[in-house]
Amino acid sequence: MDDKEAKELTINLGHGSGGIMTRDLLDKVIFSTFDNPFLNKKHDGSIVKFETEIAISTDSFVVSPIFFKGGNIGELAVNGTVNDVAMCGAIPKYLSLAFIVEEGLKMDEFIRIVHSVKRAADESGVQIITGDTKVVERGKGDKIFINTTGIGAVHSKANIDADNIKTGDRIIINGNIAQHGMAIMSEREGLEFESSITSDTTNVNHLVLKLLDTFGEDIHLFRDPTRGGMASVLSEIASDIGLGIKIFENDFPLEKQVAAACEILGLDPLYVANEGVFISIVDEKIADDFLKLMQKDPKGKNAKCVGYITEEHPHKVVMQSSIGGTRMVSPLIGEQLPRIC
Amino acid sequence: MKYLSEYRNIEATEKVLDNLKKTVSKPWNIMEICGGQTHGLVRNGILDLLPEKIRMIHGPGCPVCVTPLHLIDKAIELLEQGVILCSFGDMIRVPGSKQSLLEAKAKGGDLRILYSPLEAVKIAKNNPDKEVVFFAVGFETTAPANALSVLHAQKEGLSNYSILVSHVLVPPAMEAILDDEFSNIDAFLGAGHVCAIMGYKEYHALADRYKIPIIITGFEPLDLVQGIQMAANQLEAGIYKVENQYARVVKEEGNLNAIRIIKQVFEVGDREWRGIGMIPNSGYKLTKDFALYDAESRFGIEGIKVSEHPNCMAGDVLKGIKKPVDCPEFGKTCSPANPLGAPMVSSEGACSAYYNFSEHSIR
Repeated sequence: MDDKEAKELTINLGHGSGGIMTRDLLDKVIFSTFDNPFLNKKHDGSIVKFETEIAISTDSFVVSPIFFKGGNIGELAVNGTVNDVAMCGAIPKYLSLAFIVEEGLKMDEFIRIVHSVKRAADESGVQIITGDTKVVERGKGDKIFINTTGIGAVHSKANIDADNIKTGDRIIINGNIAQHGMAIMSEREGLEFESSITSDTTNVNHLVLKLLDTFGEDIHLFRDPTRGGMASVLSEIASDIGLGIKIFENDFPLEKQVAAACEILGLDPLYVANEGVFISIVDEKIADDFLKLMQKDPKGKNAKCVGYITEEHPHKVVMQSSIGGTRMVSPLIGEQLPRIC
Repeated sequence: MKYLSEYRNIEATEKVLDNLKKTVSKPWNIMEICGGQTHGLVRNGILDLLPEKIRMIHGPGCPVCVTPLHLIDKAIELLEQGVILCSFGDMIRVPGSKQSLLEAKAKGGDLRILYSPLEAVKIAKNNPDKEVVFFAVGFETTAPANALSVLHAQKEGLSNYSILVSHVLVPPAMEAILDDEFSNIDAFLGAGHVCAIMGYKEYHALADRYKIPIIITGFEPLDLVQGIQMAANQLEAGIYKVENQYARVVKEEGNLNAIRIIKQVFEVGDREWRGIGMIPNSGYKLTKDFALYDAESRFGIEGIKVSEHPNCMAGDVLKGIKKPVDCPEFGKTCSPANPLGAPMVSSEGACSAYYNFSEHSIR
């Protein structure tokens, strides 16, 4: 489909009817973009072969606005699921891709999103092997929703399990926090503020693979703190493992502009959503080498050790504040609400 | 951000704390008025770093917490009438007598969360066939912007914009607290942001009449410990006067432009405070000239009345008579996920601050 045609077209209910319009849309946009032997069979599903244990993860993406600084819903849908599979200690290989489009979405916007999916899939080395496109009436969706399911082979040296976490383990994060949430926030109605904060959406599977190759079983847990932010994920881990978590406010890498935006809006960066960020909980003895290896990778150059696992205060996360006081860190309840004054 | 890093400096804060330990010889109860200060004290773990003899009492300065229950029900009624209701974020999860604004939104209400009331005027302009109401909650700090929104609507000739007013004022609340027979407050940390707007001239009479030190204080860790230190100095020396710790922001006369705008649109009137009750001359209402912009009369909802949850001790907590942990419901039937009263909802509310950040979180 050429650009001019795409600019004039709008997705309507016919594109989801299953008839000729659907076929046309799939041929011109989906199959031509992804063009791989699995999809080219145009069957109801695909058959793949794995020799090892496999990891599966699914996620639905409903972000609004669908285009934001640093990305769009398409690459988010790939990176999010790819990273979730990687967090299981697996090497993501295949993705399913399902769109729910609200009638009225501009064809060129849909194509931009599909192209972003393709680019993100190529970058993370996964193939789209099955998919679905539905169209719903105006008002029954929010422009576009995407569901992806990822599948990958578990790394032979991986033993990712919260049960392996023990006292003394170090908590390491690969990059700046709160970036994605603040990028989205800066473009919402009523909150618009001038900023150049960009989403950090990216894949981390190649970095995870490198870490697993080198450190194997000494990595006890990977988690990506997307919604609910660092605070919610760390609280969840603490409550599951029966040990305490101690973290240090000053050690969390945070870009100046993001810190300022959080300050202005009255939000705590520990609760703001992340995308290309993950937490590693690793054996104390490898922590320094782990951090060094991470920092050599472009996706881990801002990596920091932010805390450790302790026998004190079991089930709780305690943070040392920037001025030396301590406080509890609780999970996010509902949405983080901006304060009045 | 320069002022932030300076006022979050660990060495400077420790120095003041060391000094404070040397200053204090007797037990003192100091109330921080503002919820932002409560949040700062708890979030930074300052309460544990203070000398044992200093007891901080958390004041009523959380706008969400003192907004009466019936106003939330009124806001919900507006949503149900098909109005586009615009609100600051804090308000939306506060439970009304039957539901919160967030729940009313889920049932189809058109609720918009904004940072500025001027955005609401824009929404009114873009939706000429809809009524748009801004939920004008807050202390003196939010009054100028709320007043300005009315002036903008007037200038634009908009007939579909109004505000649901629940503005409260700090000095009358301080008086009400000092007049309470159970109150035992020795000094106040005055609310820095409120004084940035209003100045602190009217505080001198208060300090004299009640013989109580008032320190206008900021919100960063160093601000807070400096404010406490200044209060302790006065208390130990047996003097009482108004001092300004937050001089980098607050001037004695306040922000004259902001005050002018407030006076154009609002006049002082009696106000009900959630948990405390009616306090004379403790809030703002629209002047006669701007009565058209009053959502309560415009939509005929003045009559809505409801009562509080019987087990909630919010009033005693807001007046500093009880600590959140003294409440038998705290952390049991009442938590941020299922709040009985407003101080558990807003992140500035004393109960929520204790629940989220202190050791009492899980008990």
